[in-house]
Amino acid sequence: MKKLLVFLRNYKKECILAPLFKMLEASFELIIPLVVSAIIDVGIANGDGHYIVRMCLIMVALGLLGLVSSVTAQYFAAKAAAGFGTKVRHALFAHIQSFSFSEIDKAGTATLITRMTSDINQVQSGVNMVLRLFLRSPFIVLGAMVMAFTIDGSSALIFVVTIPLLSLVVFGVMAASIPLYRKVQERLDKVLGITRENLTGARVIRAFHKEEEEKNRFEEGLENLTAMQTHVGKISAFLNPVTYVIINAATIVLLYTGAIQVDVGNLTQGEVVALVNYMSQILVELIKLANLIITITKAVACGNRVSSILDMESTMPTDMASQEAGQKSPLFEREDEENLREKGLRGDRQSKALDSDDIMVQFDNVGLTYQDAGAESLSDIDFSVKKGETVGVIGGTGSGKTSLVHLIPRFYDATRGKVLVAGRDVREYSLEELRQKVGIVMQKSVLFAGTIRENLRWGKADATDEELYEALQTAQAKEVVEGKAGKLDAPVEQGGKNFSGGQRQRLTIARALVRKPEILILDDSASALDYATDARLRMAIREMKEKPTVFIVSQRTSSIQHADKIIVLDDGEIAGMGTHEQLLHECAVYREIYDSQYKHSGKNL
Amino acid sequence: MKKKKGQLQTLKKVLKYIKSYRIFLILSLLFAVVTVASTLYFPVLTGEVIDHIVGPGRVEFAVIMGLLGKMGALIVVTALAQWLMNVCNNKITYEVVQDVRREAFAKMEILPLKFIDAHSHGELVSRVIADVDQFADGLLMGFSQLFTGVVTILGTLLFMLSINVKITLVVVLVTPVSLFVASFIARRTFSMFMLQSTTRGEQTSLINEMIENQKVVQAFSKEEDVLEKFDEINARLEKASLRATFFSSLTNPGTRFVNSLVYTGVALVGAFLAMSGNGVLTVGQLSCFLSYANQYTKPFNEISGVVTELQNALACAERIFALIDEEPQAPEPENAGVLQNVKGNVQLEHVYFSYVPEQKLIEDFNLNVKPGQRVAIVGPTGCGKTTVINLLMRFYDVDSGSIQVEGEDIREVTRRSLRESYGMVLQETWLKAGTIRENLVMGKPDATEEEVLAAAKAAHAHSFIKRLPNGYDTVIGEEGGSLSVGQKQLLCIARVMLCLPPMLILDEATSSIDTRTEMKIQNAFAKMMEGRTSFIVAHRLSTIQEADIILVMKDGHILEQGNHEELLKQGGFYCELYNSQFAV
Repeated sequence: MKKLLVFLRNYKKECILAPLFKMLEASFELIIPLVVSAIIDVGIANGDGHYIVRMCLIMVALGLLGLVSSVTAQYFAAKAAAGFGTKVRHALFAHIQSFSFSEIDKAGTATLITRMTSDINQVQSGVNMVLRLFLRSPFIVLGAMVMAFTIDGSSALIFVVTIPLLSLVVFGVMAASIPLYRKVQERLDKVLGITRENLTGARVIRAFHKEEEEKNRFEEGLENLTAMQTHVGKISAFLNPVTYVIINAATIVLLYTGAIQVDVGNLTQGEVVALVNYMSQILVELIKLANLIITITKAVACGNRVSSILDMESTMPTDMASQEAGQKSPLFEREDEENLREKGLRGDRQSKALDSDDIMVQFDNVGLTYQDAGAESLSDIDFSVKKGETVGVIGGTGSGKTSLVHLIPRFYDATRGKVLVAGRDVREYSLEELRQKVGIVMQKSVLFAGTIRENLRWGKADATDEELYEALQTAQAKEVVEGKAGKLDAPVEQGGKNFSGGQRQRLTIARALVRKPEILILDDSASALDYATDARLRMAIREMKEKPTVFIVSQRTSSIQHADKIIVLDDGEIAGMGTHEQLLHECAVYREIYDSQYKHSGKNL
Repeated sequence: MKKKKGQLQTLKKVLKYIKSYRIFLILSLLFAVVTVASTLYFPVLTGEVIDHIVGPGRVEFAVIMGLLGKMGALIVVTALAQWLMNVCNNKITYEVVQDVRREAFAKMEILPLKFIDAHSHGELVSRVIADVDQFADGLLMGFSQLFTGVVTILGTLLFMLSINVKITLVVVLVTPVSLFVASFIARRTFSMFMLQSTTRGEQTSLINEMIENQKVVQAFSKEEDVLEKFDEINARLEKASLRATFFSSLTNPGTRFVNSLVYTGVALVGAFLAMSGNGVLTVGQLSCFLSYANQYTKPFNEISGVVTELQNALACAERIFALIDEEPQAPEPENAGVLQNVKGNVQLEHVYFSYVPEQKLIEDFNLNVKPGQRVAIVGPTGCGKTTVINLLMRFYDVDSGSIQVEGEDIREVTRRSLRESYGMVLQETWLKAGTIRENLVMGKPDATEEEVLAAAKAAHAHSFIKRLPNGYDTVIGEEGGSLSVGQKQLLCIARVMLCLPPMLILDEATSSIDTRTEMKIQNAFAKMMEGRTSFIVAHRLSTIQEADIILVMKDGHILEQGNHEELLKQGGFYCELYNSQFAV
C-alpha cells in the first residue's frame, strides 16, 4: 500500500489542502456551541434581543464559511483521488505490459483484470474518503476536548478520560472484527467456487449422479459462512451500544460536576449546555470514524493486492517499461540497472563461436525450467537452423514443443544454455528488435476489436493495402476478407467472435506475415484448417519472395514431413532430428507418430 | 404499473422467507421503537437537569440527582435495546441469506440443462452470491434503517410538539429544503455518473481484451500502442471521475449547511421565546431543541438513500427468485423403474427434437443399437453432434418419440440408473476442485488403491500424476487449475476407466491429446469398448471406419446413417467429407 502512495506525489498540494479545508470547516463547527452558550448566558439572561440576532447571524456566517471550505476540500480531494486512480491505473497497466510470459502465467489474467478494475476503483474511493474525512473526525474529537478546556479545566478532564476509553472500544472492536471479515470473505469465496463448479460441471455431476453430495458440500460451506458471519456480527453489534453508554455516562458525570461548579459560581448555565454539546459532537464523529475505518480497511486490502502486482518484477522488462519507469516512478529503476548490468555481463561472455553468417537460429545446449516447477521442461536442446530453412517440431502433449519455439522471441528465458538469433544471444537484443524479426502465430487465434485492417497492421503499423493483400494471399485468407462487406474495413468484434475458427486462424497467420518476418513460427496454427488448405498454405510460404526461416509446430506428420529438418521432442528432450525419411528409419518415436496417423485401419482400433 | 406489481410479488416472496423468523422481526421492531424513544428522551432529561442548574446557589441537587439516576437507567435500557436489535437483525439477515442460497443451489441441481446451457454461468453465480448479499443488505438492513428513520422522525416531532409548537414549526418548515438540495444535486450528477460508468466500461473492456491476450500483444511488440490507447481512455476517465466525484460530494456540505440554518432558526426563535420569560420555553428546553435540530435532518437524508437502495435490493431479489422459481426438470415418475443388467440395447424411435421450436433439428430419427455395437457420430464442427449425447444421457428430453434402453423408455426409469449405465468423457474436460484421487473416484467412491492405479495407468495418466508434487493427493484448483488440457482429458478418461459402466459415450474424447499418447489410449479404449455399446463423436478416420453405425450430421440434422462402405457408396455428404478431410 505504501508503494501506491508514491502516485499521490503530484497531488501534494491537494493532499494537504483538502484535509486542511476540512479542518477549517470543522473548526467553524466547533465554535457553534460557544455561540449558543453566549446566547444563553448573555442574550437570554440579559434579555438582549439585538445580541441574539447578532449571534444568530454569526452562526449563519459560520455555516456559510463551513460550506465554502467544505466544497473546496471536496474539490481537492476529488481531484487528488481521480488523478491518483488514473496514475495507478496507468502504472499498473504499463507494468503488466512489461511482464514476461512467466509473470502472466503466475498471476493469471483473471487476477490481473480484477486488480486493474475493481481493486483500483476501491483504492481510489478510499483515497477520496481519507482526504475528506480521516483528519476531520479525530480533529473534531480532539477539538471538542480543547474547547472543553477553554470553558472549564476540571470538566474537561472528563473528556480526557472519555476519549481514550471510547477510542479503545472503537478500535478494539475494529481490531477484533476486521481479520474476521477477511475470513468471511474467504468462506464466501468457497461458496462461490462450489456454485460455479456446479454450473460448469453440471453434465459430469449429473452423469455421476453427485447432486446430493454436491448439495451437502454446498450446505457445509454455507453453514461455515453463516457461522462466521454470526460470530463477526456478535462482536460488531457491541460497538454502538457500548459507545452510547460511555458517551452518555460521561454526559451524566458532566452534568453532575457542572451542577457543582455552577453552584459555586465557576460555571454558567450556558457553559454547561456547551459542554454537553461538545460531548454529543464526539459521539457523532466517532460513529463516522468507525464507518470510515471499514472503508479504509477494504481500500488498503485492495491497495495491497494492487501493489503486490506492481511488486512482481518482470524477469525481462521490455524497453517500454524501463522508459516508463524512468519517467514516472522509481519503482523500476533498481531493477532496470540490475538488468543492464546483467546484460553487460552477458555481453562480455557472449560467444563469437558462431561465425557462420547463414545460421539464423541456434540453440546451444538449452534447458528451460518454468518458475516454481520441479523439473526442466526442456533439457539439452542443441541444434541450429540455416536461413530460409523450414523446421518441423513434433512430439507428444507436454513434450515441450511450444516451450521450444517460445524461447526464440524470448517469451521465456532459457534457464540453461543460450538461444542465438542471427548469431547474437537473444538476451542481447532489445525485445522490440528481436520480436520485430519474428512473426509468431499462436495456438489460440486471437483477433482484437476493430477492423480487419487494424488487426493486420499489428504486424506492421504502416503496411499498405497491397502488402496486406499479399500477406492474406499467402495465408490463404484472401477469400475471408473478400467475403466480408467492407473488405479490409470489415469490423472485427472483440475476440474475433464474428469469424469462424478457421477464418480467425488464417487471419492471424496473415497478421504474422505482414511484417515479412525473418523467422516465422507457426505453433500448431493450422489445426482448424483442412488438409488441403494446410498444404496450400505451406506451399505459399515456401514460395514467398523473401522466404523466412520457418518453424512449424504440429501434431500432424503431414504438416511437417516436407520440412528441411524435423525435431522430434519427447518429454522435453530431442528424441530425433533429421528429415522425414531419416527419421522414419532412425527414430522410433517419430515412426510411432507417423504410423498412428497413416495406418488408419491398423491393429490399434 | 406492471413493474409495481412485480415488486409487490417479490416483496411477498421475501416475506415468505422472513416468516420463519417473524418472532425476531417483531422483536427487532420493538427494540427499534424502544431505542428511538429512549434516545430521544435523553435530551429532554438533559434539558430538565440544565433548568435546575440556573446559577450560583440556584442549583437543586435533590432534583438533579433524581434526574441523573433516571438518565442512568435510560442509558442501560437504550444500550440493551440497541444491542438486542442488532442481534435480531443479524439473525434474520444471515439466516434468510442462507435459506435463499440453499434453495437456489438446490434448484440449480435439478434445473434442466437447457436452462444452464442458455445462461451465462458468471451471471448465475452472481445471482447466488452477489445478488443475495445485496438483497439482504439492502432489503433487510434498509428496512430496519427505514423503520428506525421513520420512527425517529415521528418521535422527534412528537417530543418537539410536546415542548413547544412554534419552534417545531420552524424545524418542520426548513427541513424539506435539505431534501430538496439533496435531490437537486442527485439529479444533476446522474448524467455525470453515467458518463463515468460508460467510460469505465470502455476501459474495462479494453483491459479485458488486452490482458487476456497479453501474449499476442507482446509477440507483436504492441505494448506501447496498447498503452497509448489505454491512456487516452484513462485521461477521459479521470475527467469524468473528477466531475462525478466532486459534484456528488456536494450533497453532504449542502445538506449540512441547510442543517445549520435549521439550527440557527431554532436558536433564534428559541432564544426570543426564552427571553420573554413567561415560562414558554426554558433554557434547558432550548438546549434540548437544539440537539433535536442537529439530528432531525439526518434520518431524512438516510431515508432518501435507503429508498434507492431498497429498489436496487428488490431488483436483486427479483433476479434470485427468478432462478428459484424456474421450472425444474421433469420429475421422475413415482414408480420409476431402475435399469438393471444393462446389456447395451439402445433404441430410438421416431425421435423429434429441437432446442427452439422454430428451428427443427432432429426429425423422425430411428436407430437400433445392439449390445457391443459402436456408433460413430461424424460431421463438421458445430453440426450438433453433442445433441445426440444430450438425448441419450437425458440431459434434454425428446420432443416426441422415445428412447429406450433394454426396452424401457428412459423417461420411465430413474435418471440415476440411466446415467450410471453410461461412462462419459466429454470434450470439455471438467474436474472439480479437490485432489486428483477425489476426481478419479467420482464414479466409484469405494474404489481400492489398486483399482485407482490400474485405471490411471490404463488412461496413461499415471506417469504425469506421479510427477506432481503430491502425486494422487495433489490438490487441483477449480477447473483443473494448472493441468494442461491434455492432462485433464487423461484424468477424465481415467475417471471412466475406473467405473467401467456397460455403455460408453466419448465426445471427441482425445481432441487435445497428441497422436502418440492417443494411440496408446485408443488401445485402452478398444479394450474398454469390447462388448460395450459405445457412442463416439469422432474425428479420426480409424475410429469411424471401424464403427458399426455411422451417423452423419450437419447443421443439427442427421443426414445419413450406415456403415463406412455403405455411406461411401451412397456418395452423399459423408463421401464428400471423407474426400475433403482424408484424401490428401
